[in-house]
Amino acid sequence: MARLRQCAIYGKGGIGKSTTTQNLVAGLAELGKKVMIVGCDPKADSTRLILHAKAQNSIMQMAADAGSVEDLELEDVLKVGYRDIKCVESGGPEPGVGCAGRGVITAINFLEEEGAYTEDLDFVFYDVLGDVVCGGFAMPIRENKAQEIYIVCSGEMMAMYAANNIAKGIVKYANSGGVRLAGLICNSRQTAREDELIMQLAEKMGTHMIHFVPRDNVVQRAEIRRMTVIEYEPQAKQAQEYRDLANKIINNTNLVIPTPITMDELEDLLMEFGVMEEVDESVVGITAAAEATA
Amino acid sequence: MSQNVDKIEPSYPLFRTDEYKENLANKREQYEERHPQDTIDEVFQWTTTKEYQELNFQREAITVNPAKACQPLGAVLCALGFEKTMPYVHGSQGCVAYFRTYFNRHFKEPISCVSDSMTEDAAVFGGQKNMFAGLENAKALYKPTMIAVSTTCMAEVIGDDLNAFINNAKKEGHVDQDYPVPFAHTPSFVGSHTTGWDNMFEGIARYFTLNYMEGKEVGSNGKINLVPGFETYLGNFRVIHRMLNEMGVDHTLLSDPTEVLDTPADGHFNMYAGGTTIDEVKDAPNAITTILLQPWQLEKTKKFVETTWKHDAPKLNIPMGLEWTDQFLMKISELTGKPIPKSLEVERGRYVDMMTDSHAWLHGKKFALYGDADFALGMTKFLLEMGAEVTDVLVNHANKRYKKAVEEVLKASPYGQTATVHIGKDLWHFRSLMFTNKPDFMIGNSYGKFIQRDTFYKGEEFEVPLIRIGFPIFDRHHLHRMTTLGYEGGMYLLTTIVNALLEQLDKETKGMGTTDYNYDLIR
Repeated sequence: MARLRQCAIYGKGGIGKSTTTQNLVAGLAELGKKVMIVGCDPKADSTRLILHAKAQNSIMQMAADAGSVEDLELEDVLKVGYRDIKCVESGGPEPGVGCAGRGVITAINFLEEEGAYTEDLDFVFYDVLGDVVCGGFAMPIRENKAQEIYIVCSGEMMAMYAANNIAKGIVKYANSGGVRLAGLICNSRQTAREDELIMQLAEKMGTHMIHFVPRDNVVQRAEIRRMTVIEYEPQAKQAQEYRDLANKIINNTNLVIPTPITMDELEDLLMEFGVMEEVDESVVGITAAAEATA
Repeated sequence: MSQNVDKIEPSYPLFRTDEYKENLANKREQYEERHPQDTIDEVFQWTTTKEYQELNFQREAITVNPAKACQPLGAVLCALGFEKTMPYVHGSQGCVAYFRTYFNRHFKEPISCVSDSMTEDAAVFGGQKNMFAGLENAKALYKPTMIAVSTTCMAEVIGDDLNAFINNAKKEGHVDQDYPVPFAHTPSFVGSHTTGWDNMFEGIARYFTLNYMEGKEVGSNGKINLVPGFETYLGNFRVIHRMLNEMGVDHTLLSDPTEVLDTPADGHFNMYAGGTTIDEVKDAPNAITTILLQPWQLEKTKKFVETTWKHDAPKLNIPMGLEWTDQFLMKISELTGKPIPKSLEVERGRYVDMMTDSHAWLHGKKFALYGDADFALGMTKFLLEMGAEVTDVLVNHANKRYKKAVEEVLKASPYGQTATVHIGKDLWHFRSLMFTNKPDFMIGNSYGKFIQRDTFYKGEEFEVPLIRIGFPIFDRHHLHRMTTLGYEGGMYLLTTIVNALLEQLDKETKGMGTTDYNYDLIR
């Protein structure tokens, strides 16, 4: 058996992490790989396209219903979907209460103790909520967990800003352990010269853009049917894109400790590509009324 | 009300003088907004009924007097059993003060244990800085040869990564790269103090052996490893050593805090004393096997010794009572080829002699008990062997498999037929059972004294006296030095229980001209 590769997917909220992860995992499964997805997001929507479900029952929800995590069995929480992909959702509290990070820790500990990481697995993907906002959301990149991190981003300013921030988080863990940045996945928003921009950002951060996923409505059409593109329309061009991404990840050896850039560097880059205009310092803090009288 | 230097009275009996009685009554009346006594009594009586018990057992949302403690408490005890080891708790300071006072009150000894005192900023930014300063300071000030790190809830909720923090501390030179800092995550909202002991032990075993298994060979050092688990009877460590020494069996007790928890008053403060050495831990995989003295609480340890050390941990119960001590010794004899010596045979014979001397008194007497899983199981076994009837066994932290195991032991004896095993229940549940089932005695830690008071309040004939065996025992002295394991332990348990019973009988029969026909000189 090949060594189990554990990968974590991070990126700005709403960027398409879950969609990209599930399509990519479907691609890996199509290539005969055994994969498990661990959703690390209270929304619990990381596995719906694989399971054709609205939302999978999450570990935390079931633990709350049963009384404690100790009352759960692995088969209660681990579901098998498209091409034998194993699916687990950690789950977590409603917005505004409790601690979602702790939910992730509890869920991953549970999976370890219950032997969910079986020998036949080739890949485990952790689909993690937005930013690495607390220690809990860094759980997937602790020692002996995910070694490879992929950041999903686009040519929009906030997505790139978030990607850079996540890289900062990775540096902290990379210095003490084996976790590495494995690349940026550009999930296109069709901004100008997006691929070049992300390639340059990747280069500055010491990594590479592993794949440019173009925008295609077939993704939404498949999603309405709670399916990945690969399952819904295998011959679609977009399905091939995800297959390419899957192949690139299989063969990826470009694992680095990232070199996150400063805010100034990021702004320079954005200006160079026209995403952001140069700030005119003379207008900062001047209201419209004040401008009119000037 | 006046106290003077020549005659200082303690609160009891002082508060029973008329002056204080009046004072306290006034206070109650004027400031306490107390319900009328008959209302209080009415509610009290209601809480002693079967009807209340049924409601009580339907309770979902609250635990009253839980009959367990939290994980890091166990982790600290485990760490104290290793040579020159400083237990270090990553988290808030108050928690650590609690562990220290808790052990303090039980062992009547100073307990050394440090905290890295996380406060609000650490809760927001993570506790890495505290860990850096804490490790450096603890090492410089107290010069331990090992620092064993566990965590409080605070560090666990924010998800501090001990492995990364400790590695970073080493990388940045706060402690040397090869300085031993084993660790265990011990969130208190999971499991109990016994889980914490198990986790810390696994952490220490992992640190010293996981990556050093090359060249290790099962059986090559000819020793037997013994893992005590959360054990607070110091005599138990000593009796295990004694029995194995008498058998001529070379052995290692993995975590042995007998010295540090029983230091002599010789004018010096000994922060460290005795304990299992690091070399012994490193050598542990070379042993013939590892025996878990309290297997129900050592699941993680079991997994580790089986998968990493490749030891086939024998399936034994806690060596309490006659049969399970027999099995323990016979297993050791079988593993090592060493016969059980005459001295232990004689000891066994004495124990059996004591059992036959006392059994007529214990026969048919009813006992209810509570405590940690293995202790409660062993105590059940001991009582059944004496022909005592068990009415209730209550363990807060245990699983369904455990419940079944205790039930099987009970079922196998004519004296266990009417017993009920309660898991996940607390001492408020137990209190209900003491009223409705009315055993002759309850066996457990000091917390049971309040149940005894309550049963006594209902009426003398309802009183269920507490026999103090377990942890913690805060209100009696030196019992922690006694022994509950092996034949010697059986003798102590028997002596304690039968004499408690005879005391009670004397108390009940000392009525001049009424009950003293049975107030006998000879029992």
